[in-house]
Amino acid sequence: MKGKHRWVVSVVGLVAALSWALGIFHPVGAKAGKEPYKVGAVFAITGTASFLGEPEKKTAEMIAEEINAQGGIDGHPLQLIIYDDESDATKSTLAVKKLIKTDQVPVIIGPTQSDASLAVAPIAEEAQVPLISCAASYKIVEPVSERRWVFKVAGSDKHVVGKMYDYMKAKGITKIGIMTASTGFGASGREELLRLAAEYGITVLADERYGPKDTDLTAQLTKMREAKVEAIVNWSVGPTQVLAVKGWRDLKMDNIPLFQSHGFGNRKNIELAGGAAEGVLLPLARVNVGPLLPDTQPQKKVIMAYTQAYEKKYNEPVSSFGGHAWDSLHLAVAALKAVGPNPAKIRDFLENTKGFVGQHGIFNFSPQDHNGLSKDDLEMVVVKNGDWALAPW
Amino acid sequence: MTHREKASFIALTVFLAVFPWIAGMSRSFGHYIDVMIFAGIFCLVTLGLSLLMGFAGQISLAQAAFFGIGAYGSGILTGHFHWNPWAALLASAGAAAAVAWIVGVPALRLKGHYLAMATLGFGVIVHIVMNEEVDWTGGPSGLGGIPGMSCAGRKISGDAAWFYLVWAFVLAAFLFSRHVLHSRIGRALRAIHDDEKAAEAMGVPVSILKVQVFVYSAVLASVGGSLYAHYVSFLSPGSFDLMWSVRFVLMVVVGGMQSLWGALVGTVLLTFIGNEWLQVFADFEILVYGGILLVMALFVPQGLVVWLDALVRSKARPVSTPSDNGS
Amino acid sequence: MADIFHGAAWLQYALGGVTIGAIYALVALGYNIIYNVTEIINFAQGEFVMLGGLFGVFYYQTCGLPLGAAVLCAVATVGLTGLLLERYVIRRARHATVLSMIIVTIAFSILLKGGAMLAWGKDPYRLPAFSRSGAFLWQGVAVQPQALWVLGISAVVVGVLTVFFRTSFYGKAMLACADNAEAARLVGIPVRTMVLLSFGLSAAVGAVAGAAICPITLMEYDRGALLGLKGFGAAVLGGLGQFYGALVAGIVLGLAESLCAGYVSSGYKDAVALVLLMLALFFKPEGLFGSKEAAGLKRF
Repeated sequence: MKGKHRWVVSVVGLVAALSWALGIFHPVGAKAGKEPYKVGAVFAITGTASFLGEPEKKTAEMIAEEINAQGGIDGHPLQLIIYDDESDATKSTLAVKKLIKTDQVPVIIGPTQSDASLAVAPIAEEAQVPLISCAASYKIVEPVSERRWVFKVAGSDKHVVGKMYDYMKAKGITKIGIMTASTGFGASGREELLRLAAEYGITVLADERYGPKDTDLTAQLTKMREAKVEAIVNWSVGPTQVLAVKGWRDLKMDNIPLFQSHGFGNRKNIELAGGAAEGVLLPLARVNVGPLLPDTQPQKKVIMAYTQAYEKKYNEPVSSFGGHAWDSLHLAVAALKAVGPNPAKIRDFLENTKGFVGQHGIFNFSPQDHNGLSKDDLEMVVVKNGDWALAPW
Repeated sequence: MTHREKASFIALTVFLAVFPWIAGMSRSFGHYIDVMIFAGIFCLVTLGLSLLMGFAGQISLAQAAFFGIGAYGSGILTGHFHWNPWAALLASAGAAAAVAWIVGVPALRLKGHYLAMATLGFGVIVHIVMNEEVDWTGGPSGLGGIPGMSCAGRKISGDAAWFYLVWAFVLAAFLFSRHVLHSRIGRALRAIHDDEKAAEAMGVPVSILKVQVFVYSAVLASVGGSLYAHYVSFLSPGSFDLMWSVRFVLMVVVGGMQSLWGALVGTVLLTFIGNEWLQVFADFEILVYGGILLVMALFVPQGLVVWLDALVRSKARPVSTPSDNGS
Repeated sequence: MADIFHGAAWLQYALGGVTIGAIYALVALGYNIIYNVTEIINFAQGEFVMLGGLFGVFYYQTCGLPLGAAVLCAVATVGLTGLLLERYVIRRARHATVLSMIIVTIAFSILLKGGAMLAWGKDPYRLPAFSRSGAFLWQGVAVQPQALWVLGISAVVVGVLTVFFRTSFYGKAMLACADNAEAARLVGIPVRTMVLLSFGLSAAVGAVAGAAICPITLMEYDRGALLGLKGFGAAVLGGLGQFYGALVAGIVLGLAESLCAGYVSSGYKDAVALVLLMLALFFKPEGLFGSKEAAGLKRF
């Protein structure tokens, strides 16, 4: 057995040494000529949030390729350094520190998730490097006095909820039941749903929660029925969204309108629901429904360009998440183009950007608003014939 | 301490003392300080675990839960109630000890697989509580705004300061654990590990000792958690789930269960592999972890440190063959 | 009298609970089979359930087989995985400490999960229901036909296994191996083969559960861990090694979970199974149907 032991450990040692060597020598993408402009990125490419991070990574890489094919940013090649935080806030911290210390990037995009973003925001503040997060929690950019260097490009949940409540008000719905997943995403949605209800004259009669890996939501749905609600809001991502839809249909509750969060905005979810999703309503970023938009819609052009390029290259439909990466990277690139790789100048540029047409809306940043979006940047969408359609008001 | 061990320990201390200075000089390696800080925090968790697994022969899949109790305890006490961080650290450790006692007394009467499942169940329950008690823990959205720590009046900020603080704790824990191992308690533990019934027949208070070790490992993990909370200043339940408990077990298994050095080596090695060197294989991380664990458990169950140690010793001893001419 | 049934919330919860409980029962059966023959707890049991569902999807969607054939092929494939697990991993660790064995099966479960992630990605997948996919109303509550399939299949599996272990030659031989491997070998029972078969059988049973539940709950690569843990809870609650105990305990667990979600707190639902597991381990480790004496004689 001894020989076998030695062999096994030598192989392990060799692999470790190899990885170490590969790790030290970062691929340097500089060509002869102008110095590359670096942009750091942290995405949840693997782990529980990989369905968010993967499209972000793909989008970012696609954009970097496009830009470099067109000669870079004023001749400077764009060097995108992407780290995978594996959906783990500890690793996001390390990744951001590495980007700042070792790779010395002037601007960082990501992380993908809210908790990672909240963990790394103080690091960006302290190191004074601008960070454009792709996550949604409003806490990422508030309080503004502690977040001078942190921006986000994802719409806040309060916008999504606001849009949903607007629609409900228009349809005369006043009593609702909510069911949310006990994840960061679900908890944030629940907070906003409860907080904004009174403003729109809505009462929440049932407030149910479930785990992200739950296999059965009939209990929660039954409680909704018991509470005699006029509409149900489900707020989660992952398979529970589909389970909610199927349960809603199976329990013959489809006379009560079902609203989903924007997390449902992926055609795969409609497929997985197997036809049960007809009539489900949700507020969605326009990036998902490019072809449905009227030509007068100012975002249509960039959305269609992105949609076509992404679907051609990766053979999968676009998603909101990839849209976040598009928005953050293009903002970073616009800043680099305008002021060069200087963190402080980039920060100032971003803070004063107005009218930036992106995938998720038209961004208007200001010193008090590092998010730049509003509920008007969303569309109310309904599932019809197995695809999206704009919901009639 | 044996001469060799003393020398190793001094070497380690010197290395740790100069590491931030050396690493700070290089751009590529400067980042290693950050990784080492996390490695040190994790070492606190695994030192106790290695005592539990290697010497008391018990498995615990709940270390991440105790790590979390320390982290959230410190986070809530200092964040919500504005306690002094050191007081919070002690209080959280006390809470962890109490919980470990309550769970340990019935659980450690179980053996083998039953115990593993009991600790697994307990760990998952704690994780669920972290997620559900939103008012206290912030739930899945996490707990932020945790203040930093200060030592002797000066605030601990900057990576070098954290590095020294964390590793000072690790060295202290290491020395204390070593002291325990070489005392009467340590001998009793070894007796339990070798043959529990025999030990009991000899008058060793088996159940009590097992619980004591369990509590000790929980306390160390909790201290690590408190340091983690103040270092990262933001907690989310995802850092304390079952996969983390498995990772801690993996660190101990790789380094060596029957050796405190093993815990340190295994932890540092795996932290670096996981965060630095295997970036290339990010997608395969789960597979690689599982593979390493399997290979180690099957072929090198004593762990790397003991294995290497034996290898070195067998090489050092000259083997006389018949063809030697009288020496 | 009919009123307390019609449209009652508790009935809805109960139905959901019994359905998921049947799955826990099947998982528990898997643990019991291996335990009965080897006294090992296979931590990878949950992963077999996950693989059953995902392989079912593979054979049905990717290979285009009809549903019944796809399920059978999935069960066979996962059974094969179980055989491989025993032959190349467990057998090597047979003489290691219990601790090593635990770590080995945990490691294998991680490998299976990682492999599934690479093969199928992180998305959930769905199998169509075995019969008409529409739910029908009974007494005002919605019943899914698939739930009836799950219950039916579980009952059949339990029945078959009980008969197998009690009356068939191979079954009795397997049980003999657990009681005393040396004695079994002495009377000519090929112990190694019996152990091998037990793993294959256990994996197959897990796969059946996975394929049966997939139409209702979808399946993705990391479902295994929690299912495995709860299934183990059912196994312990029912008494390790007792098949009928597993069935009853599984259903009890599912009901408790579902009723808790309905009436107490939906967020703490998962904790119910775990708390019951821990209570069982602490106070009645031989389970509801096991005997204390027999439990005391077991290896650990």
